[in-house]
Order: sequence, then C-alpha cells, then structure tokens
Amino acid sequence: MAIPVAFSASSSPTCTVLPRQGLPGILGSPRPLQWTKKEVCTLLYRRCRRKIGFMVTAKFDLKPPPYALNSLEPHMSQETLEYHWGKHHRGYVENLNKQIVGTELDGMSLEDIIIVSYNKGDLLPTFNNAGQIWNHNFFWESMKPGGGGKPDGDLLKLIERDFGSFEKFVEEFKSAAATQFGSGWAWLAYKANRLEVGNAVNPRPSDEDKKLVIVKSPNAVNPLVWDYSPLLTIDVWEHAYYLDFQNRRPDYISIFIEKLVSWDAVSSRLEIAKARAAEREREEERKKKEEDDKMADGETAEMYVDNETDDSEVE
Amino acid sequence: MALRRVSKKSIELGLWHSHGLVREFSTFSLPNLPYDYWALEPVIMTEIMKLHHQQHHQSYVTNYNNALVRLEHALTMADSPTIVRLQSAIKFNGGGHINHSIFWKNLSPVKELGGEPPKPSLGSAIDRQYGSLDALIQKVNAEGAALQGSGWVWLALDKERKQLSVETTADQDPLVTEGSALVPLIGIDVWEHAYYLQYRDVKSNYLKNIWKVINWKYASEIYEKECP
Repeated sequence: MAIPVAFSASSSPTCTVLPRQGLPGILGSPRPLQWTKKEVCTLLYRRCRRKIGFMVTAKFDLKPPPYALNSLEPHMSQETLEYHWGKHHRGYVENLNKQIVGTELDGMSLEDIIIVSYNKGDLLPTFNNAGQIWNHNFFWESMKPGGGGKPDGDLLKLIERDFGSFEKFVEEFKSAAATQFGSGWAWLAYKANRLEVGNAVNPRPSDEDKKLVIVKSPNAVNPLVWDYSPLLTIDVWEHAYYLDFQNRRPDYISIFIEKLVSWDAVSSRLEIAKARAAEREREEERKKKEEDDKMADGETAEMYVDNETDDSEVE
Repeated sequence: MALRRVSKKSIELGLWHSHGLVREFSTFSLPNLPYDYWALEPVIMTEIMKLHHQQHHQSYVTNYNNALVRLEHALTMADSPTIVRLQSAIKFNGGGHINHSIFWKNLSPVKELGGEPPKPSLGSAIDRQYGSLDALIQKVNAEGAALQGSGWVWLALDKERKQLSVETTADQDPLVTEGSALVPLIGIDVWEHAYYLQYRDVKSNYLKNIWKVINWKYASEIYEKECP
C-alpha cells in the first residue's frame, strides 16, 4: 500500500472548495491543504452537478491521517496503522456509502447522519459506520509524530481549572480509557450551556457552565450525540492496540498520552468550541428576546380574565 | 483434563450479628485448559491461547474476586451505594469468567473431538430446527459477523420450551441475560482479542475456521441433560 505523503502546511491552498469531509464540521481544526488541479476540478464538477440536481451519489472518502503511516513508530506501529486505517476505517467508509445510497441520508453531512442515526439512543443501522468514520478521522488528527508533552495557553488554564492540575487530568483520562468495558472511546470534551440532565439548556448560562469534561463511550458513540464539543479522543477498541500491546491496554494509554497526543490539535479545537458556544449563546439570547417581545405585544389578549363569581371558601 | 481449583477462604468478619457468624467466602480460580496451548493450531494459534487464558481470563477472575470481596464488606456494612456501584464490575468480570470457562470446554483439538458433528439427539434437533448443521453454522457466523463491538455469539437451548436458538450478547454479558431459561450449548468469543493476532480484521475467517475445533460432544451432553 502506498504510504501517503504528509500534507504541506506551508503554502496557501490552491482552492477554497473542500470536500464535505475535508472540513470536519465546525469542530475540526482547519488545516491548510494543498490540492492538486485534478482534485479541484473533480470537486467543482461534483458540486456543479449537485447544484443542477443531477443524480449524484454523494460518497464519503477515506481521509488519510495527516502523517505517513510509519511516522508514529515505535509508539504505534506502521502495521497497526495499515490495518486500523487501511482496513477498519476504510471498511466503515465503504459500508456507509453502500448503506446510504439512494436514501434520504445520501447527501447529508457526516455529523448530520450521526445525529439522525443515533435516534436518541435507538440506533439505526447506519450509526455504527457513520460514528466510526467520524471517530477515526478525529483520532488520527488527535495524534502527531513527536507528540506528547504538555499543553499550554488557554487549554492548560482550563485543564488546571477543571481538573485541578494537568497530572490529575491525565490520571482521570487514563482511568476512563482503561475502564471503558468492551469496545469504545475515551474523550476530553468541552461542555457548554447544558444542564446535567437531558441535554436541557441552562436558562442562566454563565462561564462556569462551560467546562472541560472527560467522558467515555461504547462502540461508535461519540460526544456529538450529547451536544458536547470533542477535543481529544483515544480509541480503546482492541484492534487499536492489540498488535503493539496485546492485552496491555494501560501501557497503550500511557504511550498515547506521553508520546502521541497532538496538543496543538486539541488547542485549536478548543478555540473553535468556545467560539461555537459563544455564537449559540448569542443566538439563544436573540431568540429569547424575540419571544419576550412577542409576549409583550400580545399581552392583553393573553391575560387571565378574572372570574366574576367569588370562589373563596371563606365565609 | 479440566481441574477446577476452588479455594475456600474463611473470612471472619467483625460482627454486628449476635450469632457470631463466620462467613464462608469462596473465591474463584482460573480453570485449567483441557488441552495444551498449542493444541488448537492452526485454527487458533498458541500465542492467542496463552494471552486469552493467562491474561484476559485471569484478569476477569482477579477482578471478579476483588469485586466480590468488596461486595461482601459492603453487605456487612449495609453500604447500599457501594453495593449498587459494584454491580457493573461484577457483571463484567463475573460474566467474563463464566463465558470463558464455557468457551474452553467448547473447544477441542482436531485430533480429539474438535469438529466432529453432534450426536443424534442434538444433531436431529438442529436438523429439525435449522434444516442442517451447515445452515445453523451459517446463521451463527452471520450473527457473529454482524455483532458490532465486543461480545459473544451463542447456540442456546431454551430449557423450558426445549428449543434451540442463536443469540448474541454484548461485552461479557452471560447468555442468561438474554433469557433466564437459556442454557449455553456453544459460545464463540468475538471480542477482537480472541482472533486479532491471527486473523486481523477478517473476523469472518475466524468464524469459518473455529468450527474445526468446536467440541460438539460437550454441547450434546448439556443438551441431553436438559432434554433427556
């Protein structure tokens, strides 16, 4: 299998048109990409056809990791990447494409397919493939060659605020990853303006409500379904570590934190998540004001009309 | 030869009860395999058998015992939050111990009993319900392949209705979680640790090949006990 070349991050992109998957929703970190002329033409052609309403199958592509498959050695072997990305991840992409063709999911974004298929917990058949495609894209981008170390800036400040210290955060993250029974994922996520129960919106949002949380999820589930903004993930399905670590999941988790995590990616995701939360807050305030105005206008009609009779029980 | 060593530990708990009760608390042990680690080659490689038995199953046993000791203490202290909190660890690790104990007995080297078709009573029940042994195998493999994440696929006997069925359970949930009357005849582990080192991502090859080492004699004995 050809080892994909790492994308150049230096020169300006030759086009601003990105495939649906090239910009992983507002939550992904924007990566300057260099597209070949051929890729640009294919994309423009596809978009053109869609606009004119041709019968196009909107297929998802298998996005390669932003580094060569051997560049995470010796912490994560090339062989693991070849199977994990080349077989498992590819399989999810191919299977989802087969599942959505000709259905109403065809043409929807990956995130939308995930939310629709999650179906409030009563998973539809497309959920596993859609979730796993997104999760694996996110996972590759959570790592980098020469990763590890410590975060800095706003991210470190928030980690220290919400976990006490970076070391305590690491302890909690490792514990979550180690105790996800069966297959699944552990996440660092940004949670904003949501009450603890049932995804309800906090009527009195404050900065304290916006916080970092560690969560774990089974199989293909991810924090998008809880309306959190994922910042970092580790895959704890056995196929992610078995070739390199066999049953020693805790060792894999330690190596991931110490040698692989891309704190740059996590930081830029945090900025996007904060911006998204602020935008939503403004939107919710605007909506609330609109409703209040409507109420004020219709107030006389809405008012409770007193009953003439005396209902009092006092004689 | 399967030898189950069960050690009995008497834990004298310092007591509330006026009777001065001494509780007998049996901890669980890793059962020996009925064959050598290399005996299921080339269907299941030695390294997988070693890791699967000595690491995975052992760790379920260890964690199961730990959870039970903590449960015993919590019961004595009438500590309900802890009693409830321990349930998931007990279910997961206890289930892992139950399931793997059955699994080792479900397998046998090819030169012994592995792969030999089931005896008359189970064999004809399978033919009656599924048409043929092959048809049953296809169904089990399809269910096992379709299972997403970790879990088990079972040939089950409903001992009340005297009917066979193919079931799946997630993670380490034992078969009984699918129905209290269900008795496991054959269980196939489809966690990735059961096959990944050898079969990689091609679970279907593992499922195709494992029938060469399935011990139908054991399954038949269980069946005949429930359906004499």
